[in-house]
Amino acid sequence: MNIKVLGPGCNNCKTLESRTVEALKALNITATIEKVVNYADIATYGIMRTPGLVIDGKVVVQGHVPTVEKIKEILLGSV
Amino acid sequence: MKELAVKNKLGIAILMLPIWVALYLSLDWITRIIVYSFLSLPEDEHLTKAIYFFIFEVPKVLLLLTLIVFVVGIIRTYFSPEKTRAALEGKPLFVGNIMASSLGIVTPFCSCSAIPLFLGFVEAGIPLGVTFSFLIAAPMINEVAIVLLFGLFGWETALLYVSTGLIIAISAGWVIGKLKMERYVEDWVYKIKTDHTAVEEEHLTFGDRIDRGVEAIKDVVGKVWLYIMIGIAVGAGVHGFVPENFMASIMGKDVWWSVPLSVLIGIPMYSNAAGIIPIVQALIGKGASLGTALAFMMSVIGLSLPEMIILKKVLKIQLIAAFAGIVGIGIMIVGYIFNFIY
Repeated sequence: MNIKVLGPGCNNCKTLESRTVEALKALNITATIEKVVNYADIATYGIMRTPGLVIDGKVVVQGHVPTVEKIKEILLGSV
Repeated sequence: MKELAVKNKLGIAILMLPIWVALYLSLDWITRIIVYSFLSLPEDEHLTKAIYFFIFEVPKVLLLLTLIVFVVGIIRTYFSPEKTRAALEGKPLFVGNIMASSLGIVTPFCSCSAIPLFLGFVEAGIPLGVTFSFLIAAPMINEVAIVLLFGLFGWETALLYVSTGLIIAISAGWVIGKLKMERYVEDWVYKIKTDHTAVEEEHLTFGDRIDRGVEAIKDVVGKVWLYIMIGIAVGAGVHGFVPENFMASIMGKDVWWSVPLSVLIGIPMYSNAAGIIPIVQALIGKGASLGTALAFMMSVIGLSLPEMIILKKVLKIQLIAAFAGIVGIGIMIVGYIFNFIY
């Protein structure tokens, strides 16, 4: 599973990343997490709100930070 | 199971409402008990008045803020930058400016998202002037400012702020459009190719929307409560101890330079917007005029230095200067008009 956290480095982006790591750990899923901080690269995913979470090329979250529970649901839905 | 969870969440939210109302209505009574019975402070003294003001206003503003942020948080789930962009596509300049400014109020926005939003609008071919109307209205007319103005000044001032803010956003965007400044957008912006298939439309249940409202409370109230408390504490001090008419010579309506100076000072003060409104409210009682105070608050909230620095990534300096200059002039006109009327 390839996961990308999109965001220029604001607090919300950091929270989203740490919650995603936590959710992955709880579910015992191994995945690579990449951070996309460049605005031009973020824009190529078509999102207009940060932070964004991309799983295997699909944008699954944008513009808010879901709870760890919610991220777990999203991860399970994408396996 | 899911049905049940939604009903529970809605039930809790509805249950909280009468508790909120009861608390809000009894604030005056509770404050009296604390100040006069529990602390047994003497009536009619400066310190008592200041403490009374603080104990009454802090919970009042925080209660109002919690309710409004929750409701706005839910309303915003029905809007998105994507829908706003679709609504603005192909709209002529003036109509586009009006729509963009109005949608700027309800579309979810934070200054950290200003760039992705700008890129998304440009990519869809939304005119620069229309995009700017959105970028001016979205931060300037926000729920925190409206709650503070409503709670501390009354609904007339809150309405005045929203309507003049809208007029500034519409006309400043229109002027920027007329100036044809497209060449002052960084070149790489026009070269971005977006993969539109990556984003799926969100399907939210009502339970999800309530969750977003709660998220908004945690996010917004968590961020501003301390500033509000400090602001009201300073305001209480001003109410109790600063002599009447102390501000008349600095922020009074007869001091012509007070309006431009207020706008200039307001630009670098963005992060403390929530704390500044209570202080300004106190200053009005000490001879500061409404127009000058309004101009100062608009500048603090609507013209932020950090946002200009962020925009530097996509805009050349000439366009940022034009944006700040035009909005600044608009705010000054509002300030002078209200100093003249009142």
